[in-house]
Amino acid sequence: MTAAVEVPPTPLPSADPVLQVRNLVKHFPVRGSGVTRRTVGEIHAVCDVSFDVARGETLGVVGESGCGKSTTGRAILNLQPATSGQVIYDGKDVTQLTGSALRVVRRDMQLVFQDPFASLNPRMTVNNLVGEPLVIHHIGESKQARRDVVAELLRTVGLNPEHGNRYAHEFSGGQRQRIGIARAIALEPKVLVLDEPVSALDVSIQAGVVNLLEDLQDRLGLSYVFIAHDLSVVRHIADRVAVMYLGRIVEVATRDALFERPAHPYTRALLSAIPIPDPRKERERRRIVLVGDVPSPAAPPSGCRFRTRCQVFRDDLNDDQRQLCIEQHPALEERGQGHPVSCHYADVERVV
Amino acid sequence: MTLTDSPGTAGTAAGVKPVLEVRDLSVSFPTDDGLVQAVRGVSYRLMPREVLGIVGESGSGKSVTSLAIMGLLPRTARIAGSACLGDQELIGAPYSTMQHLRGRRISMVFQDPISSLNPVYSIGWQLAEAVRAHHDVSKQAAADRAVDLLQLVGIPNAKERASNYPHEFSGGMRQRVVIAIAIANDPEVLIADEPTTALDVTVQAQILETLDLARRETNAAMVLITHDLGVVAGVADRVLVMYAGKPVETGTVDEIYYSSRMPYTLGLLASLPRLDDRKGGALRPIPGSPPSLLNLAPGCPFSPRCTYRGDVCDEQEPELLEVAPGGHRAACHFSDQLEQRREAPVLETDATLQEELA
Repeated sequence: MTAAVEVPPTPLPSADPVLQVRNLVKHFPVRGSGVTRRTVGEIHAVCDVSFDVARGETLGVVGESGCGKSTTGRAILNLQPATSGQVIYDGKDVTQLTGSALRVVRRDMQLVFQDPFASLNPRMTVNNLVGEPLVIHHIGESKQARRDVVAELLRTVGLNPEHGNRYAHEFSGGQRQRIGIARAIALEPKVLVLDEPVSALDVSIQAGVVNLLEDLQDRLGLSYVFIAHDLSVVRHIADRVAVMYLGRIVEVATRDALFERPAHPYTRALLSAIPIPDPRKERERRRIVLVGDVPSPAAPPSGCRFRTRCQVFRDDLNDDQRQLCIEQHPALEERGQGHPVSCHYADVERVV
Repeated sequence: MTLTDSPGTAGTAAGVKPVLEVRDLSVSFPTDDGLVQAVRGVSYRLMPREVLGIVGESGSGKSVTSLAIMGLLPRTARIAGSACLGDQELIGAPYSTMQHLRGRRISMVFQDPISSLNPVYSIGWQLAEAVRAHHDVSKQAAADRAVDLLQLVGIPNAKERASNYPHEFSGGMRQRVVIAIAIANDPEVLIADEPTTALDVTVQAQILETLDLARRETNAAMVLITHDLGVVAGVADRVLVMYAGKPVETGTVDEIYYSSRMPYTLGLLASLPRLDDRKGGALRPIPGSPPSLLNLAPGCPFSPRCTYRGDVCDEQEPELLEVAPGGHRAACHFSDQLEQRREAPVLETDATLQEELA
C-alpha cells in the first residue's frame, strides 16, 4: 500500500474533497516519419491542471475540441499515464499505482464514454455487459446473486430487466447510454468521470439521461467530473465549472458565478457564441466572434495561450499591456472577480 | 445580432413568386425489411431572400427532403411529388438538366467539410472548377474569381492559401471553402444541411456569420437544416418542424417559439437545457423514442409519446392546418385547445414553457 501523500494547495480548495488533482501534465510525443521514429516534438495536451472534486459535487469541465478535457479525464483514471503531477484519491496518488492496487482504486472511479455505439461490445448481452465488472472484481457469491444485482441495476437506470438477454444493437442510443451508466455504477463507485455522456443523443432523449444522472447522484452520493462541450447541459448539471483552453484551466468558478459573471475573455466569447433557443433574446444578444482557430498544441503561444485569438488583446490593450500577455503566463488565481481566473486583464462582463 | 436583419417575411406577399416551391414531396426506400417511408409529404414555399429553418431529430427526414430536391438520392429511392425552382421542375428532371442547375441556381453546403472537398486537388482548383462548370471563362479568370471568393468568406492570405490542399485547412476554414464553392455562381437557393454540427461553438459562430454574409452577397434564399433550436432562433425567418417524415408545424420563428400549437414542438423546447436558465430543476424529456418509418402505424405518429393524446389520435393522422392567420400551421387534432389551455395551465409542459419564456 502506498503511504498517504502530501497534497499541495490549490487556488480553489473544497471543504470535503474526494478527488484532488494537482499540477497534472500530459504530453504526447510527436514521432518523426523515419525508420527510428525519433521523438521530434511534444503535444502539450494537459498543462498544470489542478482542481478538487467534493463529495456529491459535479465539476463541469468544458472547452472546445483539443483543449485537453478528455485527456484530463483519462489521466485521472490512469487510463493514460500522466507525464507528471498527482491525482489523489483516498490518500493515494493514482498516477503512481499499478496492478492490483490500481484495480482497487478503479472500483471507486469509473468512466462513462461518449459514444454508446462504440463502448458496448456488440457480442455481449446486456446482462453480461452490466455484470462484467462484478465478475472482474469478484463481487457476489453466485451467478444468481450477480444476476439479481444486474436486474436491480437495470431498473435503477430505467431499463426493463426482462430485456437483459438482448444485445446492445437492439436498443436506441439513449437506452444504450443507460446501459453504459449501469455498467459504470455496478461497482458502487464514488467518482464517475463522464466524458461527453449526452453529446451523441438527440435533444428529446438527452434530457432523460441528464435527469437520470442527477437522480443517481442524489441517491448514491456520487461525485461527477462532467466533461462536455455543451455549456447549456453543464449549466444545468454542474455545481462548479472549469473552463479549459489549450491544455490549461483558464477560469474556475461556481456555476452561477461563471455563467453570470464570466471574467476570462475566452469564457465570455464561448458563452456568447452559444445560441439560445429564444428568438427575441437571440436578436438582442451581442456575439463575440473570435478570429482564427485554436493554435497547435505542439507549439503553444508564449505567455498567455489565448492571446492569439483574444478579443481584449486585439482591441483593448496597448503595446505595453500586450507585452505582459506575450511574456508572462497569467497564473490561475483570484484577481478581484470572486473566483480564480487566468488572465492579466480579467474583467467581468455579462453575456448570457 | 447581424444574423437577423431581414424582416420576418410571412411568405404570402402578393406578386412575389417563391424561388422554391415544394409540393407533397415523398421519398421511400425499398429495403429487405420493407418500404421505409423517409419523407411522407412535405410542402413548403421559400420566398426570395428568406431563411427557412428545418428542424427535427435524426431520422425525421429533414436531410432526405433536401437531397431529393438536389437530385442526389440513390437511384433506388422512390420519389413522388414536386419541387419547382422558379418554373423548373426538379423532381424527375434528367441528369443533364440537374447538372446544369446544381451549383448555378441551387447549391448545397454539407455537414462534413472534409468529405465534401476532394483531397487531391488544391482549394483554388476546386473553386475555379465550380466557376468554369457553369461559365465559359479562361482558367486565369476563374482562378482570380476563386481568390476573390476565398477573401469574401474570410480566409486570410487568400492568394497564397488557394494553392493549399484541404488537409492543410482547419475544420472551420474548410467549411468556409465549401460555402465559397456553393456561392461561386450566385445561386438563388442555398441549402445548408447541418453546416455547423461538426464544429466547435466559437467556430460555429464564425461560420454562421460567414453564411449570413454569403447570403447577403448573393441575395440567395436559404434553407437551413439543423437539429439545434438555438441556431434556428438566431438565423431563420420561418421554421418548419419535422417529425417522422412529415412537417408537424410551420410558422415564423416567433410563432414557433412563443405560441407553438403542436405538442412535439412544445416538448422539444421544454426538453432543452438552457444557457440562460437560472432556476435549474429537472429537465422534461419527451418520453419514448421516434417511431420506425417501416410500417408506420395509422394515426398521429407522435401520439405514443404525446401527453395530450386522445382517441382520435390513434385512428387519424392530423393534417397540417392553419391555426393562425399568416401561415402558422400545425398538425395536431387538439391544436385549438392548446391555445385555449395556454392561460389555464392544464398542460404541464405547456405551462412551464410559458413560465420559462416569460
